[in-house]
Amino acid sequence: MSARLLVTQPGPQTTVQDLGRVGAQAYGVPVCGALDMVALRLANALVGNAPGAAALECRLIGPAFTVEGGPVRLALTGAEATIEITRGDETRSYPAWRAIDVPEGAGVRIGALRGSGAAVLAVAGGLDVPLVLNSRATDLKGGFGGLDGRALKAGDRLPIGAGALGGPCLELPRPPSLAFDGVLRVVPGPQDDAFTQEGMASFLGTAYRVSREADRMGIRLEGAPLAFRTSADITSDGIATGAIQVPGSGLPIVLLADHQTVGGYAKIATVISADLPRAGRLTPGAQLRFRAVSVPEAEEARRALEREITALVASLTPVRAAAEIDLAALYAANLISGVVTACDPE
Amino acid sequence: MVATPSPDQNRLGLLARFLGVGDTAFAIEFGTGIDPVLNARVHRAAALIREAAFPGVVETVPSFRSLLVHYDPLATGATALQEAMAGLDLGEAVASAPERVWVIPTLYGGEAGPDLDEVARATGLSPAEVVALHAGTLFRVYVQGFLPGFAYLGVLPPELELPRLTTPRVRVPAGSVAIAQSMSGVYPVESPGGWRLIGNTPLRFFNHETTPPTLFAPGDGVRFRPVEADEHAAIRAAVARGDYAPEQEAGR
Repeated sequence: MSARLLVTQPGPQTTVQDLGRVGAQAYGVPVCGALDMVALRLANALVGNAPGAAALECRLIGPAFTVEGGPVRLALTGAEATIEITRGDETRSYPAWRAIDVPEGAGVRIGALRGSGAAVLAVAGGLDVPLVLNSRATDLKGGFGGLDGRALKAGDRLPIGAGALGGPCLELPRPPSLAFDGVLRVVPGPQDDAFTQEGMASFLGTAYRVSREADRMGIRLEGAPLAFRTSADITSDGIATGAIQVPGSGLPIVLLADHQTVGGYAKIATVISADLPRAGRLTPGAQLRFRAVSVPEAEEARRALEREITALVASLTPVRAAAEIDLAALYAANLISGVVTACDPE
Repeated sequence: MVATPSPDQNRLGLLARFLGVGDTAFAIEFGTGIDPVLNARVHRAAALIREAAFPGVVETVPSFRSLLVHYDPLATGATALQEAMAGLDLGEAVASAPERVWVIPTLYGGEAGPDLDEVARATGLSPAEVVALHAGTLFRVYVQGFLPGFAYLGVLPPELELPRLTTPRVRVPAGSVAIAQSMSGVYPVESPGGWRLIGNTPLRFFNHETTPPTLFAPGDGVRFRPVEADEHAAIRAAVARGDYAPEQEAGR
């Protein structure tokens, strides 16, 4: 029987996510998928998965679970956090951005996230939940995908796909900086003409703050309300992830992965795709400004991000100075106890 | 002198404008407002773009008067795609009679349609007249979206046009038949909502296990058929058992 994760504490909102559900937006099906695609791809690379394998997205605090049915290799990326592995009465702590081998029966606890509100925990072999419309992403509003279309709860068992645990555990020697410089780049439009010149100037010239109403659908901002030349209402049209819609209150909302496919509020601008992972990491209280760029500049920024991700994946190296001991064989022979992982540097 | 139609007059580039939507999408906008001819052009453009299979196009999302084209900026660019799409010949994209018309059994009023009496009061009609107008209209599927399986059905007789509720409901039951402005629709799942609820249907409109996942396709016709509580209950039971085939009336 293949390995499973038995959830003991779910965390505030832990969901199964992948690169998203594309191809059914014309039927009203949202894309969903991980808020931080860079984190998803790095986590999957660390455990030897394809870039789009399904993983857990953790918000604010990670889950705790027990490994059943066999050992697993896992990696947390996208935020700093302490990962505690408990086997018997011994607990060891590990950082993010590296693979960790966890033996059957061990408990895993991921603490509070730092530097981002959305981390990704990948498991070698990927989370083996059913494909729904070609994706394993959880659609919380639609109630499908992922694990029964909802966030994890205590007692859930997450099936893990077949994955090789061979080879050394990898780490990312220089993780990407999570420090936010306070700027999200945007392409103005498609309804920038619904706003007055002053409205556009406020949008690009003043700081906004992430309100407490921030979830996977979008982030409501606090700051200078934007003045409409016409009105907030448009004939409903399609929405791209990153669209910044402005309802009658004049306060912008940055739409994220779970946004609806069409909407009837004017959209002043769209956050460029290279900056969407940064938007996905924001937590309430964060300050930000918008800076306008052209479509060709945005496309180039995306290509630059892609080169960065490729370089990061190429930089993965075995965890430093791992003792080359065949611990699996030792476990099997029951010769040692209390040692948690075959690639523990200590 | 009679003007000779230019062979280019149906080119997408002449009938629409392109609007930037970040670096992973752009909109092809055919005009403003809700209009059957504009909507027919949107759906025609979506079909032509699908057939042409432009490299790098991920998917398209049709709406009332605009088509959102999602693309992969690592595989292509907005400029190249827009140049290629501008040359598409939309032909005479007109709103012809629907090829199929779905019949939606609907229990009007009472608990199933808690806003029916208020709609009647606000429009100066009797509840029976509201039902007769709604059920007497051949609707078209203009857009699917907002929720998986929600279809914007137009257009409502002008006598029934009312604004959305000022305070949206926190919980609208699945199957609620609703109206707002010039549109009607059915809530496919329980959700918050600001449309006025005039009835309820037991039919299901979205199933994530089927391809396509929705009952309706763009351009389909839809007619609501008033039923009594007992028939509503019988159909609800049949739907739950999985042996109810939604009714269709012959289209064109």
